Amino acid sequence: MKNGKRNIFKGGLGQLTIPIVSICLLLLFNLIKGLITKDLSFFSIELVRNNFGNMVLSGNLISIINGASELAVLAMGMTLVTAACGGQDISVGAAAAIAGSMFVKVVKTGSSISGMKVLLAFLAACMIACLFAAFNGTLVAVFKIQPMIATLILYTCGRSIAYWINGGATPTVSSPIISGIGSFIPGVPIPTPVIIVVVMAIIFKLVFHFTSIELFTQSVGINGSAARLNGINSTFIKLLSFIILGVCVAVAGTIGVSRLGLINHETLLLDVEMDTILAVAIGGNSLGGGKFKISGSIIGAYVIQTLTITLYAMKVSSTDVKAFKAIVIIILVVIGSPVVKTWFGKFVGKYFKKNKQLAVKGAE
Amino acid sequence: MQENVLLQMRQIEKSFPGVRALGGVDFTLRKGEIHALMGENGAGKSTLIKILTGVYHMDSGEVRVEGEKVSIHSPQDAQNKGISTVYQEITLCPNITVAENMFIGREKGIWINHKEREKRADEILGKLGIPARAKQQLGSCSLAVQQMVAIARAVDMQCKVLILDEPTSSLDDKEVKMLFDLMRDLKSRGVGIIFVTHFLEQVYEVSDRITVLRNGELVGEYLTEELPQVELVSKMIGKELEELSSMGEGDDKNAEAGEIFYEAEGLSSSETYPFNFNIRKGEVNGFTGLLGSGRSESVRAIFGADKVGGGSVKIKGKPVKITKPIDAMKNGIGYLAEDRKRDGIIAELSVRENIILALQVMNGMFKPISRSEAEAFADEYIKVLNIKTASRETPVGSLSGGNQQKVILARWLLTHPDYLILDEPTRGIDVGTKLEIQKLVLKLAEEGVSVTFISSEVEEMLRTCSRLIVMRDKHIVGELKGSDLNQTQVMKTIAGGEA
Repeated sequence: MKNGKRNIFKGGLGQLTIPIVSICLLLLFNLIKGLITKDLSFFSIELVRNNFGNMVLSGNLISIINGASELAVLAMGMTLVTAACGGQDISVGAAAAIAGSMFVKVVKTGSSISGMKVLLAFLAACMIACLFAAFNGTLVAVFKIQPMIATLILYTCGRSIAYWINGGATPTVSSPIISGIGSFIPGVPIPTPVIIVVVMAIIFKLVFHFTSIELFTQSVGINGSAARLNGINSTFIKLLSFIILGVCVAVAGTIGVSRLGLINHETLLLDVEMDTILAVAIGGNSLGGGKFKISGSIIGAYVIQTLTITLYAMKVSSTDVKAFKAIVIIILVVIGSPVVKTWFGKFVGKYFKKNKQLAVKGAE
Repeated sequence: MQENVLLQMRQIEKSFPGVRALGGVDFTLRKGEIHALMGENGAGKSTLIKILTGVYHMDSGEVRVEGEKVSIHSPQDAQNKGISTVYQEITLCPNITVAENMFIGREKGIWINHKEREKRADEILGKLGIPARAKQQLGSCSLAVQQMVAIARAVDMQCKVLILDEPTSSLDDKEVKMLFDLMRDLKSRGVGIIFVTHFLEQVYEVSDRITVLRNGELVGEYLTEELPQVELVSKMIGKELEELSSMGEGDDKNAEAGEIFYEAEGLSSSETYPFNFNIRKGEVNGFTGLLGSGRSESVRAIFGADKVGGGSVKIKGKPVKITKPIDAMKNGIGYLAEDRKRDGIIAELSVRENIILALQVMNGMFKPISRSEAEAFADEYIKVLNIKTASRETPVGSLSGGNQQKVILARWLLTHPDYLILDEPTRGIDVGTKLEIQKLVLKLAEEGVSVTFISSEVEEMLRTCSRLIVMRDKHIVGELKGSDLNQTQVMKTIAGGEA
């Protein structure tokens, strides 16, 4: 093929170009900075003994992929909701606080904490998260309310509901099982949240492989009217996307609670909804719905976390981090916008044309 | 003669990835002429128009307006240079007044003199004889009048070149006549009009000159009176007309078909009055009538596309309940919707995904068609229906209209329906594809599939259907078959008592 090179360049990575390029740029930035200051500690990964005496991996890169876990899990679910409904759920942070509170409530009943009970607690968290997700989903799918407006209700009252579940207290839970979920399982050097993300990603992959949810969701998101006339029940598809997000919320809430060993309904996953939406956007997914790639959103979550950790590593104070984050994100989003893509495409086109002309001239 | 030339495009070339859309096309428009731009889908008409209006940028070539070389960067730029377009779909805002629509985005500064504006709007409307008032909400006008308002807006912007892209496809005969009167009026004022349409008769009624494109190449420029219609068609499709004439009219292909497949009694939906209808195995019948007569609404009721009101439906003699599309699909009914863009294609998904969609829905969510199977299906139908696409993974939205239609046809054929409803399958697509679709319908009937066919072109229906159900004002007013199946009789029945 004549334009093989150009095609690979333009279409090879496709949607994933922006998130992958962003993460590479951030790492490159750290590398250059490290080389200049002769301090490459950002990239060092060590095997150290933690407080519990386990050998575990440690380093900035590890804390990036570990710290992004909740965000990555939420971004997976948010991608589906975005694709099917053309809107976003802004109540995921509040819903995760509810799920986390439920998890702690069940774990705290009775005296001992067994594995069975933790599993039960997680299922309870799933149940309540899915219940609220179904509430959101019904408003969106059945009553056709704008997703952001529909989920504003739970966004507003969610943390109050979380407060009621544990009677206003912020109980702590300490058990090897809980810390096993939140940090490390003895003998495994990889942080458990990271493993959970991988498992979730595999589950999504399997679900997409063994069902046609992906095709139906995209059809509903791109052209709801045509989807309906092809027999797709779009109400159900939209509702389903919310329920799946509900499961993701429960997982994220459980990770968050287990990480800290306590539930603080006010601060658990605070402001995570905007980061989640951003992860979806950075992942190259249209926020207006339609075609999507879960993998893009996952990388998007890591981009955000890499950015945060990079800023912290540069000793930017936590109050300033948000401002710097905003600047970088503006740049990323503008680069990923269709306008810039078109410019870029034209530029590349011209470049290759010139080369071709040169080649022709050379041949003459 | 040179002085007369308003617009000259020379050696226009444009390529898209993998496709050469235009290869050195010339086009000349003179002052005060109506110039029809003809060609099949994919011939390059829209590309040429889009280059002229600044939507696309040509790879090479030259555009001169009144002898002066220009480069057009954007639609706004084109308007400033006196080139205005009125598209097939109305691109004005229905919920504001006619005057506001005519002046929106054209005023300098932020102060608006409503009185002055309305006065001016009424002046222009009056001058052009457009039956609309400045203060009227645009949405309350008929489609034709809305289109005319769009033209009035263009004219008021001092346009020299007016491009009308399929302006008549959603108008009825009376409205078309109004539009043509307006076009002739503009022509006498020295405006050059480029007229893009699929309706051959209209070209002969109104145009002075015809330029024909085929596969991105210029076939030629002709004076309308010197080019017989048959020759025009053969120039457009590039093959001799044997095929066209070989399709006899009105022979009873499938009149005595098998037992009744589908039968509805008193069927109604939110959009129709109760009606009776049936179709036999292997029969091709059709609903005909003017636009808005209820023909589309009737077939939508059969498919369960609108909220079903009542009535009883039997399939092969057994009572069934069809309240939503999936019910109809499970009973072996397929439905190709009238509005391809809105109700048919999933534009951003690939040809493959679009083809397997209906079958996948019928299989259910938990039995996905495997990738390799889907690819095989897609390849098969791309070949069988001769779908022109770069690959099976190309987004369907980037295909030409006729090929999009074939993809949707493939989607339904893949479900192996017993009964296929085709609502305007040939609208806005080229002559060659039209013939292919008509042939396909007859072939399906031979294989025992029942087909209900709707088309605005009566000729087409006479060629394919053995029975026509005529509708007027949402009621069935007649049923024609056998010797009654001819143009005059159909027209008479459609027109009813007034004729």
